[in-house]
Amino acid sequence: MKNERPGGVLLNTAFRVIIPFTLIYGSYVLFHGELGPGGAFQAGAVLAIGVLLSRLIEGDKAVFNISGNTALILAGIGAFIYGGIGVLTVLMGGNFLDYEKLPLSLPAHELHSLGILGVEVGVTICVMCTIIAIFDALSRREGSL
Amino acid sequence: MNKIISLISLVLMIGIFFITIESLPIVGDPHSPASTHVSPHYIEKSAEETGAPNFVAAILADYRGYDTLGENIVIFTAGVSTVLILKTSGNLLKHKGGKDNEK
Repeated sequence: MKNERPGGVLLNTAFRVIIPFTLIYGSYVLFHGELGPGGAFQAGAVLAIGVLLSRLIEGDKAVFNISGNTALILAGIGAFIYGGIGVLTVLMGGNFLDYEKLPLSLPAHELHSLGILGVEVGVTICVMCTIIAIFDALSRREGSL
Repeated sequence: MNKIISLISLVLMIGIFFITIESLPIVGDPHSPASTHVSPHYIEKSAEETGAPNFVAAILADYRGYDTLGENIVIFTAGVSTVLILKTSGNLLKHKGGKDNEK
């Protein structure tokens, strides 16, 4: 059978091993950012690497890919999650980004913890999808990938 | 003339910076305003107030939430404008190429 993928056998096999670890590491950096070194911006960059690796090796027809327009929409959604949490706390009668007013029955420090996590998820989606969208626009301009 | 004006303003700015740097606290000075006012509060209280053991995350997303929201929007805006610029110029190039082919 003819292999139509542009990467060649070696790259096609290698990136299948690397991508799951990259994604798991990205999620670890995101969810562990509250406890240790890490955080949303770094996690977004690492997760974007996972998607871009597949894109770089398999080209435009990569199965594991986020297209440029979808990525831009998702980046907007990421920023919206952040702002939405802030507006939600305002609607529940607190200050902007006052996580104690989130509509959940948990102790105050748990609510703060949850609010930080939600905000960081938003930042991660925004950063990841912005990187993917910029890469997509660049590669389309070059016309090579 | 413009060069002279920019030179004078440059020298003035550098002079102002050198004068003001005198009155800045020494880095790591325990009696500087930054390390007597907010830093002890963050270090002592952030774990119980925010529930996040890492107080970098607590400051970034909780105490300084507005700032991070701004950063996030800056990144999003930068991404959108980059994509818009690249797509528009790409279309212009294609358009030009099409015209050349017609000739």
